[in-house]
Amino acid sequence: MTAVQLTAARRNSLSVVLRARELGIVIALGLLVVVTAISNPRFLSGQSVRDILLNTAILAVLAVGQAVVVITRNIDLSVGSVLGLSAFTVGTLLQNNPGLPVVLALLVGAAVGGVCGVLNGVLVRYGKVPALVVTLGTLYVVRGVTYFWAGGSQINADELPPGFLSFGNASLLGVPVLVLIAALALVVTAIVLRNYRVGRELYAMGSSPQAAQLAGIPVGRRTVGAFLVSGALAGVAGVLFAARFGTIDAAAGTGLELNVVAAVVVGGVAVFGGSGSVWGAALGALLLTTIGSALAVLEINQFWQQAIVGGLILLAIGADRLVAVRVAAGLKKRGSHVG
Amino acid sequence: MSAELTQTRVGRIANWNVAIIAITVLVLIIAAASVDSFGTGQNFGFLVLDLLPIALVALPMTLVIVTGEIDLSVASTLGLSSAVMGYLWNANQPIETIIPICLLLGAVLGAVNGFFVTVLGLPSLAVTIGTLALYRGLAFVVLGDSAVADFPAVYTDWVTGTIGSTPIPNVLIVIVILAAVFGVILHATPIGRAVFAVGAGEQAARFAGIRPGRLKFWLYVASGVIAGLAGVLWTLRYSSARADNGAGLELAVVAAVLLGGVSIFGGKGALPGVIAGVVLLGSLQNALRLSDVSNEALNVVTGVLLIASVLGPNLAGKLRRT
Repeated sequence: MTAVQLTAARRNSLSVVLRARELGIVIALGLLVVVTAISNPRFLSGQSVRDILLNTAILAVLAVGQAVVVITRNIDLSVGSVLGLSAFTVGTLLQNNPGLPVVLALLVGAAVGGVCGVLNGVLVRYGKVPALVVTLGTLYVVRGVTYFWAGGSQINADELPPGFLSFGNASLLGVPVLVLIAALALVVTAIVLRNYRVGRELYAMGSSPQAAQLAGIPVGRRTVGAFLVSGALAGVAGVLFAARFGTIDAAAGTGLELNVVAAVVVGGVAVFGGSGSVWGAALGALLLTTIGSALAVLEINQFWQQAIVGGLILLAIGADRLVAVRVAAGLKKRGSHVG
Repeated sequence: MSAELTQTRVGRIANWNVAIIAITVLVLIIAAASVDSFGTGQNFGFLVLDLLPIALVALPMTLVIVTGEIDLSVASTLGLSSAVMGYLWNANQPIETIIPICLLLGAVLGAVNGFFVTVLGLPSLAVTIGTLALYRGLAFVVLGDSAVADFPAVYTDWVTGTIGSTPIPNVLIVIVILAAVFGVILHATPIGRAVFAVGAGEQAARFAGIRPGRLKFWLYVASGVIAGLAGVLWTLRYSSARADNGAGLELAVVAAVLLGGVSIFGGKGALPGVIAGVVLLGSLQNALRLSDVSNEALNVVTGVLLIASVLGPNLAGKLRRT
């Protein structure tokens, strides 16, 4: 009951809280960049910033898709495996058809991911199996299928067409193309979630699934749709992965799902759904990636990175809880009725 | 809830328990008949050693999931316990002090989870994903990417050894004792009934005089201690303390528990089913490996079984109702 009350309270003063929440990540990010740059100005060199943005791009695309699913009070743990399958599919395809346009490669990746996403969504909605169980299952299944297919083989950069690899390094007006693709995915998803009916319905479902159903929202189709988006974006991320690294084996993207969930949680998307934004999720991805690079520049033992990420997750959810409690208390004091 | 409904629900759980145990026995028989070396005593020893960590960690995990929570940090706790064990052994501490320290460490790590979940009221999924990263990170901070070996032979030999000249591994005693303890707690004590009550409805449980927070806190502590113990046994089994020991094990444990018929929503489940789930996963893995099927390919079987374990009863229920 409290969770429902809190989310309800949160939505009443949505703009204020959300703006504050994302500001928090921006401040943390700003502090990190300033401190690191003071200790070593090389951190702000073009190449270093470019590397950070490129590494963020893949994680951010995954985090945007994950945020869409988490907002509906579900979770998609299969994204790392889907990325692997998509990367290997596209890699094999390009190996055999070097003339394939990059756009087509992206579409194939999205399609592979989309099929996995629909499978997840259908099992969750129509099989009545919890999302955690379904996507834990497909995490194994999709990875297993990739291993069956790939065996121990590996696709190397010299087997991929040069056109595709140059796409991985290309820039438009100084911004890497991979980053532009991630930004496009982010902006489109953000606009749909914020300004379109479909987007608001996803938030409504996450706030209260029963109420959403009673309000006439086609919960089944929307659930499948959310997983479709997450899967398709994971597929696109697979193509970006292939273009960036050029070397693809069956293990590509293993364990990535936890980083993605971490980015989303740090970005302020509540795991119980109904609140948060894809902006926050993308900022979370940027923050996590920047921490990794900053540690290297500050010559702090790389082994600390994972521990810091863990601490950050706990800090983020703790802070969110505090804000939610304070907002709820504030609303009660003003006499407005909650829940 | 009407008595009739309760009865069918109980019936369905019992059915799944019987089904999973039957499937497990069937798989064991087929494997013994079709895979040449599966039924040998030596292979039995390997099988038990392979499923030892999953079997141990799955016991408290079952209770945690029945209360409607989850603990994804167990494999990282195992890893940190192993790393600390290696670190202290390098620092020339006697093993008799190291082992209790590792168990205590597990208890503290579990208590941290419990604090975040029960005192601060944060969602356990997010908290334990956080501590999953935190504890694994700390393991690397403690031991880096080095490995520590040369643990005393008396201990490593006991872990890999068998009882007398029988093919029964010593560690099976540990599994059987702990399984019995957790089984009795869950199914024959007020604590167990409280676990089910909290999982079925926390508010109602509170009105019935149960303190859900305190119960969950101690379950997380238990989960940490067992994961710490699993870390010690893992280290002794391979005679190698490493920070990445047991990485990714949490998903296999959750898969085994859910396969055993425990509901991820809490309130439903039984320990015999979970043990059958662990044995099923372990023996499938073992038999397929003996048949030269790659480990990774087995992932498909694990995933399909996991989804089927929830989908199957759901569909069966739907068919029965129509």
